[in-house]
Amino acid sequence: MAVANAPANPDHLTWQGGTQPMKVGYGKLMMWIFLLSDTFTFSALLISYGLVRFSFPTFKDVLPDMTYKTFELSQQYWPIPEKVFEAVPFLHGMSLPLVFVGLMTFILIFSSVTMVLAVEAGHRKDKADVEKWMLWTILGGFMFLGSQAWEWAHFIHGSEDGLTLANGAKVFGANLVQNEYGPAAFADFFFFITGFHGTHVLSGVVLNIMIFYNATNGVYERRGHYEMVEKVGLYWHFVDLVWVFVFTFFYLV
Amino acid sequence: MGHSVENSTERQKPQTKELWKVFWILLAITAVEFIIAFQISSDNNFGKWLKISLFILLTFVKSFYIVGNFMHLRHEVKSMIWTIVIPVVFVVWLLAALVYFEGGYIGEVR
Repeated sequence: MAVANAPANPDHLTWQGGTQPMKVGYGKLMMWIFLLSDTFTFSALLISYGLVRFSFPTFKDVLPDMTYKTFELSQQYWPIPEKVFEAVPFLHGMSLPLVFVGLMTFILIFSSVTMVLAVEAGHRKDKADVEKWMLWTILGGFMFLGSQAWEWAHFIHGSEDGLTLANGAKVFGANLVQNEYGPAAFADFFFFITGFHGTHVLSGVVLNIMIFYNATNGVYERRGHYEMVEKVGLYWHFVDLVWVFVFTFFYLV
Repeated sequence: MGHSVENSTERQKPQTKELWKVFWILLAITAVEFIIAFQISSDNNFGKWLKISLFILLTFVKSFYIVGNFMHLRHEVKSMIWTIVIPVVFVVWLLAALVYFEGGYIGEVR
């Protein structure tokens, strides 16, 4: 690939046939196309969530006198998220609706910033800065994964009182068949959508570690450009973007 | 885009002001979403749908900043931008059409 005469384009912007289309390198363009296909997958998941959610009765359909203040969980109707997600680690028994998930959102947005700072450092070919910001990004990724693990554990184990069914039986926490928060489909979608997103975060962290490893060993310095940081950065921002949508449609609406 | 960097030993100054600005914007929008979530009552239909529309609107504002600035799509060539945006527009169109024309049926078949 490398031409002895100084090429008009940098090496990573030259395709086998000549100049690159759309002025992006092959790998970067393919990353964009992949992310587009991933967009379809997540859209499908969120669309089916919305469709199933609105096909279930709301608590107002079942109990017209109930308000958002007096809301109680039941398997008869779809739950409202601020009554399900209200626990925070180390603050046992306190009702802090959506605080923890807000913290998770903050962590992910912050790690997105450190990622874009790593990309920026790559443009300047500043090895030390790339390493520094990649490390912060990896740390943010692990913090998010840890938070999600706690969130899942709490969701699965449930509250101390559980939910008492009409026949007197008690339900604690959630599994794929039934849960104490609402219809079975609610927990199923929770596991599937946040789990699918969490898997993306996990792969993102693995990719980030590989990039950090290569950057530290000077692979990109020898190559002359840091485009790999950019490609993985695209993926990482996409993971953040998906979380923005999951946050809205699962926790806020 | 055309700034080729020489392999000088001298470190260049980071250009990060714009990026941090986007971070604060994203954080502020999320804070606004929290305020909306707890300040607007969903007990009447108007409040409920106002909330949902505001959430969706703010989500799209956030994604505009993430895709445009963090993923640099704003600075790519036009054909690149449309390659990504048009398929997404189709998905949104499909969703809107599904909800508008077919959304009522799901209540009948369940």
